[in-house]
Amino acid sequence: MPTYKFRVNGDAATVDSWDPDQPLLYVLRNTLGLHAAKFGCGLGQCGACTVLVDGKAVRSCVTPVRQVAGRTVLTLEGLGTTDKPDAIGTAFIAEQAAQCGYCTSGMIMSAKALLTQTPHPTLDQVKQGLIGNLCRCGTHTRILSAVMRVAKA
Amino acid sequence: METVTSLSRRSILKSGGALIVSFTLGGLLPKHSMAQDGTPAGGRGAPAAPDVDSFLAIHTDGTVTIYTSRVDVGTGLATAFRQTAAEELGIPVERFTVIEGDTATTPNHGGTGGSSGIPRGAADIRRAAATARQALIDIGAKQLNRAASELAISNGEIRPVNGGQGIAVAALIGGKRFSIKVNPNIALKDPATYTVVGKPILRSDVPAKCTGRHVYLQDFILPGMLHGRVVRPPAMAAKLLTVDESSIRAIPDVRVVRVESFLGVVAKDEWAAIRAARELKTTWSDWQGLPGSDGLDRQMRTAAVERDQPVANRGDVVRALPTAAKQLSATYYWPFQSHASLGPSCAVADVKESGTTIWSASQNPFGLRANLAKVFGIPPDKVRVVYMDGSGSYGTNGSDDAAADALLLSRAAGAPVRVQWMRQDEHGWDPKGPAQLLDVRGGIDANGNIVAWETEMWLPGGPPGDRALIGAESAGLAQGHGQNAGAMTLNADPPYATDHLRVIAHSLKDTPLRLSNLRAPGKIANVFAVESFTDELAGAAGMDAAAFRRRALTDPRALAVLDRATSMIEWQPRPSPNPRAVGNLVVGRGVAYMRYKQAENYVAMAMEVAVDRSTGRIAVRRITCAHDCGLIVNPDGLRNQVEGNIVQTLSRTLHEEVKFDRSRVTSVDWSSYPILTFPEAPAIEVALISRPDQPSFGAGEAASAPVAGALANAIFDATGVRLRTVPFTPERVKAALSKA
Repeated sequence: MPTYKFRVNGDAATVDSWDPDQPLLYVLRNTLGLHAAKFGCGLGQCGACTVLVDGKAVRSCVTPVRQVAGRTVLTLEGLGTTDKPDAIGTAFIAEQAAQCGYCTSGMIMSAKALLTQTPHPTLDQVKQGLIGNLCRCGTHTRILSAVMRVAKA
Repeated sequence: METVTSLSRRSILKSGGALIVSFTLGGLLPKHSMAQDGTPAGGRGAPAAPDVDSFLAIHTDGTVTIYTSRVDVGTGLATAFRQTAAEELGIPVERFTVIEGDTATTPNHGGTGGSSGIPRGAADIRRAAATARQALIDIGAKQLNRAASELAISNGEIRPVNGGQGIAVAALIGGKRFSIKVNPNIALKDPATYTVVGKPILRSDVPAKCTGRHVYLQDFILPGMLHGRVVRPPAMAAKLLTVDESSIRAIPDVRVVRVESFLGVVAKDEWAAIRAARELKTTWSDWQGLPGSDGLDRQMRTAAVERDQPVANRGDVVRALPTAAKQLSATYYWPFQSHASLGPSCAVADVKESGTTIWSASQNPFGLRANLAKVFGIPPDKVRVVYMDGSGSYGTNGSDDAAADALLLSRAAGAPVRVQWMRQDEHGWDPKGPAQLLDVRGGIDANGNIVAWETEMWLPGGPPGDRALIGAESAGLAQGHGQNAGAMTLNADPPYATDHLRVIAHSLKDTPLRLSNLRAPGKIANVFAVESFTDELAGAAGMDAAAFRRRALTDPRALAVLDRATSMIEWQPRPSPNPRAVGNLVVGRGVAYMRYKQAENYVAMAMEVAVDRSTGRIAVRRITCAHDCGLIVNPDGLRNQVEGNIVQTLSRTLHEEVKFDRSRVTSVDWSSYPILTFPEAPAIEVALISRPDQPSFGAGEAASAPVAGALANAIFDATGVRLRTVPFTPERVKAALSKA
């Protein structure tokens, strides 16, 4: 079985995958036990599975595991803990920017990529930055407020 | 969840005396799973006199567990329950946790739906907590040798009101049962003295959700668990003819499960299950039993009617309408829509000889248990359903069906099986919110008073009872085919004064797609029709839309929300359309009002929109909403629900329509069934009108009802064109503008 080596949340990971095209999402969730990234569509349309690869937001549901060999993956678990969330998580909690929360991990990871690139985005830039992330509960205004809270910090 | 014990919570409770460690164990897997209040399986509503212990357990460390069948599904309901119980008991809210929807350990006091979680669910918990408080004070009085009337509970301690030695609640009852019935007439705390209810307590589930640590149903794992996927037919009722297992030989460790036309795969590896389900070669019979979604409105008008439901009838519309100075008529159409949950439905089933356990995000775990027991021929006490948070559902999405799929696969595989639907399964197969067709006729007199109003509505229908489970249907199991979509006809009658009113709903014999309750069932389309037509009447009278409504309302709470929403958006009185809307980008405003179910929340909403005449694109710039649901339990949780209702319904109004051909649903992903995206998110201002002296109504649905009407009215104000068919897609807007 082919083996793939990459870094996840600061640690070295070595994983086997019978299929080199297995999407990263299933490797993260089932092989590495990292459940923050969620399956939403498997089509790269909703953003629930968003993680960072070398700092760039990718849809892990359509990213083959072979493509991340030798690269650096960051999932929401790597940003902070429930006791010590990172700045974006803290802002999401302060704004209570979740209902069901199924999209939240992807939202925060897309926001992380945006804020790394553009530390002080305008509201319109945030809206564009999250255009690929869907929220069905309609928590949009709170998610925008949370990201703007970090953007203005 | 790996702790196995032969004792259910009920039998522990029945054993009497001290509860030792049982409540601290995360998962008690009982030998039998009778609801602990002894209600028959699937029974609805609270039994006449449930035990206090069925709702509450106070532990030796002073913490409290609330048990409820009403599940949170991301609404903040569990937090409201904690506040309600904390308030009545006088124990700090931080000490409360909630166990939801476990048929083995929670009482059955109804499922989640119809915005009943607060008015009914919290009320049950409130009475249980108040009964417990009274019992604690009685015990405390003996212990402290004081009169009960001299004692109160605060901060978890029973103390004399005038000072002196107190005693911790946990020292009196911690780990023990109350062994008393809930007193339905128990004295409740005066809302004027509330210190916890009414506060914006932060939800305890949010931090873990924002750090990736919240354990969703989709994340739940059992030892030896297999991953399952279901292969659905290419035509909805097609029969499975052949399966070529050699087509997936290259995929490791996959087993094909076939029961009649139910086809699935199980594998240790999830990706193997997904690929196998995708690549398995099959042939199916032809089936073309659907009418197609194009022209469905015309189909509905001529379809066979099962029964006519009178919704409202007063005066004599037939005689009065022709006397009106101005008469109008209009037809409104709302399409089939999907719950479109962001995470496809999921379930984990563990079928064992000793009993079947299902982990599910169902909004009605007791109802699901009863239905599974009936359909699969398992005694109800051998089925346990355990709720876990899933993706938001907004009604009955595919969760119950996924449970049946998992059960079928686990039974065949002899191992626990986790099934998660794929995107096309969720969009294609969740039971749908029904289409609605409404004809409205009405007239005004020379002074702009409504003389008469008549609405005729067509609704897809079918038999009452439990909804068919699709996996069970494919497997050829006998089951009911109920087509319940909720209280679809409420709010079809206008709230405005008129002497002559007739509203009738034609419930059709059949439906092309399975029906389901989808957030604010029927009310959104009904209020869309009522509020659009009200604007049309105001226009005919040459009156300002808000003033026209104001004059036809008398309830001060109705007027209060209407005035608040309009003043927040700086409403300038004038008739529509906007005389200053010229050029390509035209701006307008609209308003809508309704009282939910004509008996609950008062909501008014105003909007400002911009319409690009060349592209047909609508930009909703600003929404103001005034919301009065009586006593507010948690203003921040409420605000979150109100905002969510508004944005989700904006999405439904602007974008959403389930499309189907003669064989199947064809809008099966986010590109063929788009929803609102961030650039379209409007600025929303919500004014919560608090009425502590009035009963609390639930707010999970109400604010969704006026959205489409306010939007259609704003578009008319901007363009002079009235949109009466949802969704308001750019193509539809452009077509309407070109005809104007």
